[in-house]
Amino acid sequence: MTAPLIIFFVLAALAVFGAVSLILQKHPIHSALSLIVVMVALAGLYLLMGAEFVAAVQIIVYGGAIMVLFIFVIMLLNAGEEERTNFSGLATYAGIPLALAVSGLIAAAIARSGGYLPAAAPNGAMTSTKTLSMLLFKEFVYPFELTSFLILVAILGAIVLAQREN
Amino acid sequence: MNEFLTHYAFLIVPIIKIAILVFLVLTVDAYLTWLERKVIAHIQARWGPYRVGPHGLLQPLADGVKFIFKEDPMPAGVDKIAYFLAPFLTLMLALTSLAVIPFGPQRFTIWGYETHLGIADVNISLLVLFAITALAVYGVALAGWASNSKYSLLGGLRSSAQMISYELALTLSVVGVLLIAGDFSLRGIVEQQAQSGKGLVSWNIFPQIVGFLCFFTAAIAETNRVPFDLPEAESELVAGFHTEYASMKFAMFFIAEYTSMITVSCLCTILFFGGWLSPFPLSWTFTQFLPSVLLIPFGLWVIYDGIRYETIFGRVLLPGVGTALLALGGALLAYPAINGYVQGPFWFLAKVFVFLFVYIWMRGTLPRFRYDQLMSFGWKFLLPVSIANVVLTSVAILIWGRH
Repeated sequence: MTAPLIIFFVLAALAVFGAVSLILQKHPIHSALSLIVVMVALAGLYLLMGAEFVAAVQIIVYGGAIMVLFIFVIMLLNAGEEERTNFSGLATYAGIPLALAVSGLIAAAIARSGGYLPAAAPNGAMTSTKTLSMLLFKEFVYPFELTSFLILVAILGAIVLAQREN
Repeated sequence: MNEFLTHYAFLIVPIIKIAILVFLVLTVDAYLTWLERKVIAHIQARWGPYRVGPHGLLQPLADGVKFIFKEDPMPAGVDKIAYFLAPFLTLMLALTSLAVIPFGPQRFTIWGYETHLGIADVNISLLVLFAITALAVYGVALAGWASNSKYSLLGGLRSSAQMISYELALTLSVVGVLLIAGDFSLRGIVEQQAQSGKGLVSWNIFPQIVGFLCFFTAAIAETNRVPFDLPEAESELVAGFHTEYASMKFAMFFIAEYTSMITVSCLCTILFFGGWLSPFPLSWTFTQFLPSVLLIPFGLWVIYDGIRYETIFGRVLLPGVGTALLALGGALLAYPAINGYVQGPFWFLAKVFVFLFVYIWMRGTLPRFRYDQLMSFGWKFLLPVSIANVVLTSVAILIWGRH
């Protein structure tokens, strides 16, 4: 096994472990912490694919800003441990087979794609931030600006909702 | 043996560099506490540490021993995982952030492996630093939440709110420098400032004075230091997020705080003050004797001070230290090759020291912000000013070009 492959399996295992732990943990803070582990492991995977800028932004935006907000809200509400009920019949008889079916489908799709997915950059070289910004601000500038406009609208909506009482 | 070294040099050399850097940084952290106590004491017309060793120089050692041997009680009802994770996370992230800082211009080869002053030289070093800063909030927030104490929780909440608010201004204030340099790598940013060869004039501080002021303010808030030390405001919250920590776990928070002070000072130096570059033009070759010219009088003064010191230990130790400084200054004069080598690190460390001193100076001078003032200052002043700086810099570059 080559070094990148070993690192890939370590990071992938970490991501899966974090995702499972996110569901199984009883305390919301522990779940949020597990989600951070998933985010950081994903950033590592991006780095392995040669997408260094995306990896850094993954940690800054998802690992940092968004998850801090989650944890902040959980701490502020002082949420306690959640109570567990028995699995509902629907989850047991429909959920588990469905989950297995979806996993099988994804596995089959990956198996048919030729055994490997192409790296983000050819020859495993690091994609420079310059290339990315050229794409973002030249070729795809309209979709990009439209997205930011959408986010602006969402922010305005949030402010309007928050100020409804006044 | 030699073959083994050549083959695995890519692994062994970084490990040795990491060990040296961690040792140096922890020592500097320890003596930074000494410096802080001394400077603040003199600001307040006191003497500061004086009993342990000459001029209290062995005080950090005594403090370290005290931290190790203190009892480490765990309060009832803590969340064990988060309680233990928080100090480790904080210290680990603080030390990791130093990995991308370049300390000097030279590249050298050990066992056939080309390396440089600094641990990792990545293209996106500035982004890596911001990523680490973004994660650093968790240490403080978790410590506050896990301790199961009102004061800690309030400290943790305050710090997460403060760090989220000031992170925006911190990141935006650097965009001006990035626009000028056109590079995310810290090495590239310094090299861009060296291009004109005119020294001081080509540093980023002159076009980016607004960016620098925003950056330094936001960075002080990120490191939770006075006047932004609300997370641990001792007059309101006992000690804030680390109230319930004792012994080595408390020391870890402490070391992490001082390490992030060092990181911020290094960043200010690199981004705005030319990193390892000399402030003098390249043609002034005589300025390269400055390290020895400073070291020799300082060594003489330490010897003079040591001879008159009241304890016998001081009368032995201080002249010893002074002689070592003298010898170092003399060696630099005698061997121009070594002298050329230390120029970069000398200027870098000198600038970093100035920023560390400013940190301590402010702690001795400024009162703490009120919480609402802190928030409105961050959102209503710092953030708009940093955005305006980005816009102005972009327009200026569009009109006049990069230089």
